[in-house]
Amino acid sequence: MQVSYKWLKEYIDLDVSADELAEKIERSSVEVDSVVKPSAGLKKIVVGQILSLEDHPDSDHLHICQIDVGEDEPLQIVCGAPNVAVNKKVIVALPGSRIADNVKIKKSKMRGVPSFGMLCALDEIGFPKDVVPKEWADGIYFLPDDAKLGDDVYDYIGMNDELIDLDVTPNRGDMLSMYGTLRDLSAIYNKPVDLTYNKLNNYSDTSSEKQFSNAANIDAVKSYKNRVINNVTVKPSPLWLQIRLWNAGIKPINNVVDITNYIMIKLGQPMHAYDLDKINGNNITVRNAKSDEKIITLDEDEVSLNDTDLVIADDKQPIAMAGVIGGLNTSITSETKNVVLECAVFDPIKVRKMARKHVIHTEASQRFERGVDVNNLDNVLEEASFMINDLANGDVCEDILTAVDHREKNTNVNISLERINHVLGTNLELKQVIDIFERLGFGVKANGNELDVDVPTRRGDIHIDSDLIEEVARIYGYDNLPSTLPSGKTTIGMLSPKQQLIRNSRNELQALGLTHAISYSLTTPQKANMFLMQDTYETDLSFPMSTDHSVLRMNLVTGLLDDVAYNQARNVKDVALYEQGRVFYKDSADQVRPNEVEHIAAAISGTLDNKRWNNAPKNVDFYDVKGILDSYLKSLQLNGSIEYVATDRYPEMHPGRTADVLVHGHYVGFIGQVHPRTAKKFHIKETYVFDLNLETLIDLPKQEQQYDLVSKYPSISRDIAMLVDENVTNQQIMNVIVKRGGAYLTDVNLFDVYNGKNVPDGKKSMAYSLTYQNKKDTLTDDEVNKAFDKVERNLVKEFDAEIR
Amino acid sequence: MSLQDELQSVLEKGLEKINNSTDLKEITNDIKVNLLGKKGAITKVLRGIKDLPNEEKPLVGQYANKVRDEIQTALSKKQKVLENEALNAKLSAEKIDVTLPGSATKIGHPHVIQAIIDQICDMFMGMGYEVLSGPEVEEDKYNFEMMNLPKDHPARDMQDTFYITKEILMRTQTSPMQARTLEKHDFSKGPLKMISPGVVYRRDTDDPTHSHQFHQVEGIVIDKNITMGDLKGTLEFLTHQLFGDKFDVRLRPSYFPFTEPSVEADITCFKCNGKGCDVCKHTGWIEVLGAGMVHPNVLEMAGVDSKEYGGFAFGLGPDRFAMLKYGVDDIRDFYLNDVRFLSQFN
Repeated sequence: MQVSYKWLKEYIDLDVSADELAEKIERSSVEVDSVVKPSAGLKKIVVGQILSLEDHPDSDHLHICQIDVGEDEPLQIVCGAPNVAVNKKVIVALPGSRIADNVKIKKSKMRGVPSFGMLCALDEIGFPKDVVPKEWADGIYFLPDDAKLGDDVYDYIGMNDELIDLDVTPNRGDMLSMYGTLRDLSAIYNKPVDLTYNKLNNYSDTSSEKQFSNAANIDAVKSYKNRVINNVTVKPSPLWLQIRLWNAGIKPINNVVDITNYIMIKLGQPMHAYDLDKINGNNITVRNAKSDEKIITLDEDEVSLNDTDLVIADDKQPIAMAGVIGGLNTSITSETKNVVLECAVFDPIKVRKMARKHVIHTEASQRFERGVDVNNLDNVLEEASFMINDLANGDVCEDILTAVDHREKNTNVNISLERINHVLGTNLELKQVIDIFERLGFGVKANGNELDVDVPTRRGDIHIDSDLIEEVARIYGYDNLPSTLPSGKTTIGMLSPKQQLIRNSRNELQALGLTHAISYSLTTPQKANMFLMQDTYETDLSFPMSTDHSVLRMNLVTGLLDDVAYNQARNVKDVALYEQGRVFYKDSADQVRPNEVEHIAAAISGTLDNKRWNNAPKNVDFYDVKGILDSYLKSLQLNGSIEYVATDRYPEMHPGRTADVLVHGHYVGFIGQVHPRTAKKFHIKETYVFDLNLETLIDLPKQEQQYDLVSKYPSISRDIAMLVDENVTNQQIMNVIVKRGGAYLTDVNLFDVYNGKNVPDGKKSMAYSLTYQNKKDTLTDDEVNKAFDKVERNLVKEFDAEIR
Repeated sequence: MSLQDELQSVLEKGLEKINNSTDLKEITNDIKVNLLGKKGAITKVLRGIKDLPNEEKPLVGQYANKVRDEIQTALSKKQKVLENEALNAKLSAEKIDVTLPGSATKIGHPHVIQAIIDQICDMFMGMGYEVLSGPEVEEDKYNFEMMNLPKDHPARDMQDTFYITKEILMRTQTSPMQARTLEKHDFSKGPLKMISPGVVYRRDTDDPTHSHQFHQVEGIVIDKNITMGDLKGTLEFLTHQLFGDKFDVRLRPSYFPFTEPSVEADITCFKCNGKGCDVCKHTGWIEVLGAGMVHPNVLEMAGVDSKEYGGFAFGLGPDRFAMLKYGVDDIRDFYLNDVRFLSQFN
């Protein structure tokens, strides 16, 4: 709702600027989108008169006009508008002027003829195209004949007004009118406003009833009234009315239609006018549409209706979509003589559904959706009739045809002063609160500190005491509320162990060089089903926006691979990302809500090092990523050993470079290289990933942090190198060493793996360093030799190892 | 030549040699040995002492010691000088260009939205709020109905929803956690003070200002004596912490079905300091969050007596915060995970 500052000031005595007013409205009522002065940015645009015009010698449409702009000499301006005519007062952009979009007008030559400025159409000086009246859409605009030559044009066409654009929330439908806004301002500024309605003194000899009838036996209509007005003269509205409309963002059409729109913005009640002579038969019915019915709307669109739509129909067909838009066939045209006015209240939900379904959002539907005052229809009808009589010379029938007349009672809400202060944290006095309610036009009966508040029907948003508290708060001013923090019993705020572990996990992976990525949880069915860690069914959206985001993810890896691809496509080759988030598993196809399981995953491609001038970084391999995972898992202080078991069970992973990760025998996820085929599909280079079920890690038992005595006795190291079959794994050898190592073996460290020169085919050389220590005494060589020999013997026995 | 003269000559020649030497090795080996060694010049001279008359012996002996000391001192001095020179030469040869880049270890970066969420969580934990997370796949009942948004409520239009079935949807807000915690909370144990960060979804087409996935942080405090002043103080604290306390906070009326009164909080535009610019659409203010006093219907639907208990709730968007705070003009940047974008935040 675009509110005119000037119009407001006709009703209320305000000594604040439009900007200050807007700020006050924002702090007290509804949001303000903008305050715009239409003439802002325009310069040197004045009233001129066309003294003469001749055809341009080199053009079939240009005219050379001599324009009097109140100076000694007329200006010569070449103009291509089809409607240029001698004597007309026109909008002249002088040389050096600025018109819409900050365009500067200079003197120029048009096909060889000098032109000193420009004659303007309304859109050329900033009018939105959709508010320019049809008659002025394709030509220059003619100002009133009494416009003074050389004057700035702005005042003549309402451009010096300031327009406050209110963004009205769904609860404040009452603010979608001048009267509603004024009532709120009256309360805010504590200034009186005189909001009256005009009413005719004498009506025509005939009656509505003799010419017409209506019916509406349907719940979705709360109130429905018509009145017939005969012998109207349809013509353009007077300029003042047109200005009111276009400054409210509404296109002037003709006087009768304009009056209905004017009434709507002034009083908040949408109205409609039908051409009586174009209605088939002499009665109309409000009813549900039939499924094969169609209507051509005022916007000249054909709309197919069905039985969920509410229409106003004549004997033959729908003539309006109730509360949304009228039909073209029965619209008011310059030929219209007899008018049927409609003033009604339709069900908000019904109107909203129609507007949404057909994507026809109109000024009328916007108001009906938010609710209009059902008790005010008679005032509105009288005011509209008065204006049609005044501006279109219509003969108004005195009787009003009422199909439904459902009145509502004022809302009574009880509230105590204590309650208000309790909720707001204020110390308001009774008289302050009563004053606020009275300024809002509410009736108040006080019984001690208990108030009985009588809320008029125009404020349909107020039902309970909280609603009244909001009224007190906003009129009293949020700025005036105290600023405190909650008091009361102390509560403990800390992360739960699970939250702490998740946060630690993020910190740890970041410390290990991985950057936190957040990808989309909604993905394609194909990606959702990759890298699965368990049997699961997918969760589909019923109406996705696009197939790219149609299924809930069941792994974190694909999102990360998309991220890797995005980076590598932009020449960022080195990508090390992790993601922590939920995947969505379903145990059966019938399960509706998926289990939401926290995962943590990583994808690394390229190098983890910075590019260095003194050392070429190397691309990551399986062991680098495994090292990261190891460090991370170690940071979780899990109780039990971490195992990597080679697997080829993930079709998207390299079958020879992938391992399941087990902690204390529990499967927690996998690590490995993305299958080259998968990598190709994602358009990524060699990439390593891991994906872990974080909830399993959370649930697994943790070690208690303990102090381990640092021995003061020296340790002894022994190295062992052996040739073994190349299929023997490090894990197998480690198991034997640890198992047979004896009580003093404290550390085993693999320091060499070799299978090149001097190593027979099918064999490899593995070398370990074993560290022994007795924490309580000095170890003897004898003790170490004995233990070491045992390890050697067992390695030979188990793997046929050749000790070197 | 007397022995004394010989010693004198050894001293003079020795000192000259020492002075002239530029070789550390020469000083520590050759010269030293030649002068002070067992077969050195002084020893050689001293062998003659036994032939001297007894009364001269001590004098020559004393003199010989003096010569030895002098030479010793000269040698040490010279050795130090040469060693210093040698070290200086070595150091100067070792000179490097300290402006060459350091070999930094690469560390990862937190996601800027997560960083903001963590900051908010820490702030509220300090005030005794617990942090809770709820399901992303939510029931219509919690997402809408228990938030005082019955079916056909116009405010539902403000939140286009991804449905899975008629009753199950991707949550459009973190507000359902209000209903879920209200339902469970045991008020005999104390007030409910909770924030709930998380991912939410809207059926929107992705563009610079819309994302079908974004984040919210919900907060709620319910007790017997919670006031709107408490809400105001809390929001002021929050915005000052996040954006800096030189900014003003303004509350203005708004509408949310689950709060009454409802407000939105604006802060002074930090780009123009309130003068008006493109970022604040020339209003001088930037909207940062929505809040209000929890609607009695929400309390009652969750089984909480709204006569006895009440409080406030607020919801804010970390994505929006990050966009405002860092001038990010495309929300999609948060979800594309461009390393060059992510690594700018620490």
